[in-house]
Amino acid sequence: MSGPAVVVDHVSKRYRLYHERNQSLKATVLRRRRARYEEFWALTDVSFEIGTGKTFGLIGENGSGKSTLLKCLARILRPETGSIRVDGRLSALLELGAGFHPELSGRENVYLNGAILGLSKRDIDARFDDIVAFSGLEHFIDTPVKGYSSGMYVRLGFAVAINVEPDVLLIDEVLAVGDAEFQQRCAEKFDELRRAGRTIVIVTHALDSIRNLCDEVALLEHGVLQDLGPAVSVINDYEERVHENRRTDGAGWRWGSGEAEVEQVEFLDVAGNPTTRVRTGDPLVFRVHLVAHEPIERPVLGIGVHTLDGVEVTGPNIREAGKVPERFSGRGFIDYRVERMPLLPGTYDFSALLYNYTITHPYDARIRAFRFDVDHGEPAEEHGMITLGGAWDLDGLATPS
Amino acid sequence: MTRLAEYRQSRELTVNLVLRELRSRYKRTALGYGWSLLSPLASVAIYGVVFSVFLKVEPPVGDPSGLHSFVLFLVCGLLPWNYFSNCSNASLDALLANANLIRKVYFPRELLVVSATGALLVTYLIELGVLCVILVAVGSMVLPWIPVLLVLVALQAVLVLGVGLALSVLNVYFRDVKHFMILVLMALFYSVPVVYPVTLVPVERTILGVDVPIRFIYELNPLVRMIECYRAVLYDLRFPPLGSFLYFAASAVVFLVAGLVLFSRMDGRLAEEV
Repeated sequence: MSGPAVVVDHVSKRYRLYHERNQSLKATVLRRRRARYEEFWALTDVSFEIGTGKTFGLIGENGSGKSTLLKCLARILRPETGSIRVDGRLSALLELGAGFHPELSGRENVYLNGAILGLSKRDIDARFDDIVAFSGLEHFIDTPVKGYSSGMYVRLGFAVAINVEPDVLLIDEVLAVGDAEFQQRCAEKFDELRRAGRTIVIVTHALDSIRNLCDEVALLEHGVLQDLGPAVSVINDYEERVHENRRTDGAGWRWGSGEAEVEQVEFLDVAGNPTTRVRTGDPLVFRVHLVAHEPIERPVLGIGVHTLDGVEVTGPNIREAGKVPERFSGRGFIDYRVERMPLLPGTYDFSALLYNYTITHPYDARIRAFRFDVDHGEPAEEHGMITLGGAWDLDGLATPS
Repeated sequence: MTRLAEYRQSRELTVNLVLRELRSRYKRTALGYGWSLLSPLASVAIYGVVFSVFLKVEPPVGDPSGLHSFVLFLVCGLLPWNYFSNCSNASLDALLANANLIRKVYFPRELLVVSATGALLVTYLIELGVLCVILVAVGSMVLPWIPVLLVLVALQAVLVLGVGLALSVLNVYFRDVKHFMILVLMALFYSVPVVYPVTLVPVERTILGVDVPIRFIYELNPLVRMIECYRAVLYDLRFPPLGSFLYFAASAVVFLVAGLVLFSRMDGRLAEEV
């Protein structure tokens, strides 16, 4: 089969944001309208096609309209303009176990949920054992689902939904459920569907998993389709843009008397060019630009590196290094030169603090105001925050003679 | 895909939703389905005592059945009325109670109303079955009239579905519909001939110097005609008056069409409003 499985054609979706939400006839009659509301366009003129058998990702920040678009695809929401055509049977995993009735048994709910997802009784009869086995709830299948733990609930819901085997499957960030073993089973089932040539549309924040999973990706921003194309290139462009945005924002905390200021911080790569990305093991220079509005005596510059969780990784200063200048006036910069970046991949905050010699008077402290990323490099370690830069030696293993 | 094709595909779902309603309604009650018979029995007992013993409403004699019993006269009208009013109440909540489903899964939303009224149809049929057994037991041979009875039930199912569709969707957008309906149903109950025979309604009355054709206005209500039809079949054992039957049948179709039109015009933003 070829041709697109899903065609989204100039779709726009408007929400009404109600100011006074009194759903009453009286108010309607008195004000001659239902309620005051503002219009909000969650999607504006979005068009794309998804080829049959493709795995397609929808990405974007919160409020970008990606979930709205998914709901339009699932026909839960009706777009104001434009049309959506879906070829074949569609099943949407927007919420697992939606429609479970708490008083009914697991068995009864499997049939009910299956019917909601479009299966006939005969279909479910044929798959019932698979579904139960997949959920791992053999012992509890005849007890009311209200006694289930939330994990059991979700597992049963997923087991039904994944066994629907639709032509087009819509998934909204529900894959991250259950314990590790269940996740493994989900991933396998998922792979099976892809190999069977089903079309899959995923909405998620988890860019890394989408990069591996998806053939194509659409990037939405404020309801507008920003980018569309092969997963890796769209996601890489997107990440670059996000980091760009982050560097320029005025994050962090700042205090100080202001006689002198930390004007700017630059991260310089090996060629001396400003960057915000470095790889583990590569050289990097932290350059702190200073300006003194009046001469100051024996200033002390300290820097700090924090993880995004706020853990301080390091915090050297020039006093410890015995390099305090006698006096500073005008403009200038101080470099902190790192030969081999020991930080492991991740995003880090950078702080620069300018104090007097006794570290009792702050001139300017900019805490966690700058940000840089560390990518995979050498050594290719994963765990912890830093590399010790050690070398493995296997000579001690007995060698076959 | 047309709506009709969609309905056909959703037959399975309708059956499942009806089963869900039925199974969950009396879960964890000691009497279980017994309740579905007990509650009409109780209201028959109450109305029977109040209207027959206290108010001394004289039941007409069934012609040609010869029945002369207020309780049976009452039940023949009360069961259809209960089915109507139960369906109205169930429809008001049909969409709101399933908000979770509506927001998360697509299926024709009409099915929620269909299944809510469908589950009540099942209990209604059981009640009618019990009534027929009782009628036969007291010597009133109702069995040959069952095909006609089933036609009436089918027409009523069409009518309550139409009403239910309208009520369900209106109640999502205007929550006062539900409270308003409490009053409407109370007024309706006394303006249909359930606890009294139609003959007690005056044909004409002069009000403020104007001749008001009260009986004519009274019989504009399709529910009045409906109860007349049921009474004719169950209590009198004869074919319903043709005029009433046609009026009832026509209004059932009109209500259904109106309900469907209203529903399909208003269900576009259901997922946002429930």
